[in-house]
Amino acid sequence: MATLNINGRDVTVDVPADMPVLWVLRDVVGLTGTKFGCGIAACGACTVHLDGNPTRSCVTPVSAAVGKRITTIEAIGETPAGKKVQRAWLDLEVVQCGYCQSGQIMSAAALLAKHPHPTDADIDAAMSGNICRCGTYVRIRAAIKQAARGSASAAKGA
Amino acid sequence: MNTVSRRDFVVALTSAGGGLLLGFRIDAPWRVAAAAAATPLEFAPNAFIRIGTDGRVTLIMGQIEMGQGMYTSMPMLVAEELEVGLDQVRLEHAPPDEKLYVNPIFGIQVTGGSTSVMAMYVPLRRAGATARTMLVTAAAQTWEVDPASCRAHRGTVTHTPTGRKLSYGALAGRAAKLPVPAEVPLKDPKNFTLIGTPAKRLDTPEKVNGKAQFAIDVRVPSMAIATVAASPVVGGKVAGLDEDKARAIKGVRQIVNLGDVVAVVADHMWAAKQGLAALAIRWDDGPNASVTTADVVRGLDEASQQPGVVARKQGDAAAALAAAATKVDAVYQVPFLAHTTMEPPSCTVHVRKDGCEVWTSSQVLGRAQATAAQVTGFPLEQVVVHNHLLGGGFGRRLEVDYITQAARIAKQVEGPVKVVWTREEDVQHDVYRPYYYDRVAAGLDVQGKPTAWTHRLAGPSILARWLPPAFKDGLDVDALDGAVHLQYDIPAIQIEYVRHEEPVLNTGFWRGVGVTHNTFVIESFIDELAAAAKHDPFEYRRALLAKSPRARAVLEVAAKEAGWGAKLPAGRGRGIALMYSGWEAYLAQVAEVEVSKAGDVRVRRLVCAVDCGTVVNPDIVKAQIEGGAIYGISAALWGEITLKSGRVEQSNFNNYRALRMNEAPTIEVHLVRNFEKPGGIGEPGTAVTAPALANAIFAATGKRLRKLPVGDQLRSA
Repeated sequence: MATLNINGRDVTVDVPADMPVLWVLRDVVGLTGTKFGCGIAACGACTVHLDGNPTRSCVTPVSAAVGKRITTIEAIGETPAGKKVQRAWLDLEVVQCGYCQSGQIMSAAALLAKHPHPTDADIDAAMSGNICRCGTYVRIRAAIKQAARGSASAAKGA
Repeated sequence: MNTVSRRDFVVALTSAGGGLLLGFRIDAPWRVAAAAAATPLEFAPNAFIRIGTDGRVTLIMGQIEMGQGMYTSMPMLVAEELEVGLDQVRLEHAPPDEKLYVNPIFGIQVTGGSTSVMAMYVPLRRAGATARTMLVTAAAQTWEVDPASCRAHRGTVTHTPTGRKLSYGALAGRAAKLPVPAEVPLKDPKNFTLIGTPAKRLDTPEKVNGKAQFAIDVRVPSMAIATVAASPVVGGKVAGLDEDKARAIKGVRQIVNLGDVVAVVADHMWAAKQGLAALAIRWDDGPNASVTTADVVRGLDEASQQPGVVARKQGDAAAALAAAATKVDAVYQVPFLAHTTMEPPSCTVHVRKDGCEVWTSSQVLGRAQATAAQVTGFPLEQVVVHNHLLGGGFGRRLEVDYITQAARIAKQVEGPVKVVWTREEDVQHDVYRPYYYDRVAAGLDVQGKPTAWTHRLAGPSILARWLPPAFKDGLDVDALDGAVHLQYDIPAIQIEYVRHEEPVLNTGFWRGVGVTHNTFVIESFIDELAAAAKHDPFEYRRALLAKSPRARAVLEVAAKEAGWGAKLPAGRGRGIALMYSGWEAYLAQVAEVEVSKAGDVRVRRLVCAVDCGTVVNPDIVKAQIEGGAIYGISAALWGEITLKSGRVEQSNFNNYRALRMNEAPTIEVHLVRNFEKPGGIGEPGTAVTAPALANAIFAATGKRLRKLPVGDQLRSA
């Protein structure tokens, strides 16, 4: 048994200690917003925050998450950075199929929480672990910059 | 939930989302459907529209959403003529029905080949206009006035002279009793208020908060989760496995050994994965045990030396070649490619005594139902299929192999089972873009102008398997798409097709289909001709496009916007390519690349100009070009599935690379607008990119790449 703090609530789960947080969230707790993409921390679709740090949940065992705050896409809109990112994502119509976007948004929200005004190099460093096969990178970059400006805009995409 | 709407998503999903943290519970979709069917007075004049007496407008989406914006552009077509706002509609995934939701271009229920707007532009507008006409008639009858004196706007009919108003909800009951008119007038495009505007997407709000439901997210009460290993070699069989070791893992419920594939059924994916590893399956690889990529290439090379079936003939190409002042010839090759949709294949199946229920995501929903019916032995009407948002398609979900497989597994399992493929299973058991092998030759006159062009392509026929009636007279129109549409004004042309099957890997459609392959060959080779003639590649093409003004126009716009001809620093090069095909869209791209001394290619900038005729949503068109180009860059630089000992050598994103944020270029898309009939735009961005990059690499390095991917070909240079 392990007690995890997920989106501000304590949840007790009966799972092996080495079970990745990804599968605990998706298959045990029922939070399916966090996505499975590769299982080897190569694509970023499974990104969650552990104490605010972007973390690949597909390779993070439950034992490493005990005692830490787990934040998932379902709750990231409750943080200032997460809310701004979600808004910018919709304003600039970043999303296509949407499957990777949970992870993209989690990485972007963590970036903005730490670096409110990221440079292109900051964006590259923070986002290069997140693959998007629909190829939304141009708009992701623009949306991060817009979120950083905090402009409430109806501006169109790239 | 099977409804999405930008305005309603919060409300609609609260009911499903209420149980999210506790999990385990989601309203069963069939209950939603039953509730909808129970509404007594619904106005449903066709398969695409339902208007309730409560005024709720539901649009049923026959064309599926895989990121390409169909759940916005298709509603725009209906809403324009129905006279409702996009904020007033709810969307619902269509059920399988090969007749009601037929894509007229293919004759089956399919979303693919960049055909949705082309195929549905008139039918969906007509569906909307029919419903609006009937609602206006119902209002006119209520008021006993001339329908011509009534006007519909935002879900309300107004009697213009008196200002009386009735909402669609109030009219639904009366409209439902009216005969459906056979002919209705459609709007003049100049009166469009929605079509042609960058309307906001309807599917995205729930994609930024984790609430969008993909097939892999399905949760059905008491569901088990399974993961699979199919034979790593096509045609192989299980020779042995350690069931006891797998059963010893906590959470493993059942091992299903189907001979060619093994599934571990468990409480959760982690137990299933561990169970699968513990099985340590031993395979009998069968007849393809020793196959390598080189064997496939050798077979294609030999096949390509024989004459093919002539697909296009103009003048006497052989004579013109013989008479030419200069002759240029080349062999081009493109590799097997995997799709790697971000959402791996997944399908949930529940086989009951009285029928079967399937939750999946498919570009061919009717086929999904048919295969589940065939596997389980139930008639079609006892097989319920729920479609979902697709976590990427790119052609992968035009196949139903993963649905067939899930149904076979579910037959052996009590209760519902969700089958989830690992990424490794996905990369190694895809239905791959075929390897193609092309021989091209051209003759030039003394000024360097082409007088003859021959193109013989060798490869398998996907259509012969996937849509047999479309394979006629030995010609595969997909494999030839783009090649037979050659726009350059050359007096003698001969295009030939050599069908050559190498059944060592399953092959199928991949974004850009035949055009992706052919555009690489054509646009690289025309660049070779320009170089042989010592002409500027842009001017050389332009001079040959006098009879193709739309192609010439996009070429000129792309060149101008890219600053064609302006000097670049050493190590950089600019390449241009043009795309046209049966999609009736024209796209030109100028790529700017940087090649390091070590031979690494960095794509710096892409400038695209597109003419796809009438545009439904310009922002979605731009997004498709941007995204298609990124998909094309990944493939052009690194995409390659290779075989050794019959096995696919790649397994995951670490060795089957996808372009990342830090590697992505800037992309500019310029639309050339007109009111030509709408063309397809989901795939051109992918198709045009590889040749633009290869031509840019030539400009930067002088090295002509005739084989994809670029890979490490520049390292030996």
